[in-house]
Amino acid sequence: MIVKDVVEKLNLEIFSAPEGVDRVVTGGYTSDLLSDVMGHAREGQIWITLQTHKNIMAVATLKDLAAIILVKGFKPESDTLEASLAEGIPVLGSDLEAFELSGELFNILK
Amino acid sequence: MHLEFKVEGGDFSNAGSASSQIKRVLKQLNIDPSVIKRVVVALYEAEVNIVAHAYRGRIDAYISSSGIVLKLEDEGPGIPDVGKAMTKGFSTASKEVREMGFGAGMGLPNISDNSDVFTIDTIVGKGTSLNIEIKFR
Repeated sequence: MIVKDVVEKLNLEIFSAPEGVDRVVTGGYTSDLLSDVMGHAREGQIWITLQTHKNIMAVATLKDLAAIILVKGFKPESDTLEASLAEGIPVLGSDLEAFELSGELFNILK
Repeated sequence: MHLEFKVEGGDFSNAGSASSQIKRVLKQLNIDPSVIKRVVVALYEAEVNIVAHAYRGRIDAYISSSGIVLKLEDEGPGIPDVGKAMTKGFSTASKEVREMGFGAGMGLPNISDNSDVFTIDTIVGKGTSLNIEIKFR
């Protein structure tokens, strides 16, 4: 499954870097602690979080994540969007809470 | 090869820039991706620690055919109890830093888990030096 399929199935908003949606998704990781994601997320995963600041892009880039989904209607900050464009890693959005969204992502990926 | 970076305390917008440059260099050198992943995690955490806790610091990276040595020296408050600081979940980070998702007490353990050699030298009121070594084989 690629990021684009996840966007369509989970009805996500694409905030930035639409060119990155052809990337293959290997799984998901849900956490709001950056060190947790640094330590435990894996390449190609989609990261579900409520953090919206630029440092999430540094983590996503360093860990080679496929995309980030912001929960509960949160919007990325402007410098987050710039970093997303520069790196080609999409920032996506959902109105769902992390628990529900993680469940839906798990179901379509399993 | 020697690379040098300056890090400013409190400058979260540039946190991770040294890590991403080193990652790029290691990729160009065709270093094993699993090793690059370890370097990136260890260096990012060390870089963020300077930003979150110190006034300023510098990173020296020495890359040879056998591995990478990272030396991070900061001017800052130092660590009063290194044993405590190494404990998962223990953190002295400010409320603001925690709200950003940092300061969960996972940084130093992440460095330790991803390095072959990891030593901390610290003087309270003066600063902290980290030595991180990761072999390429």
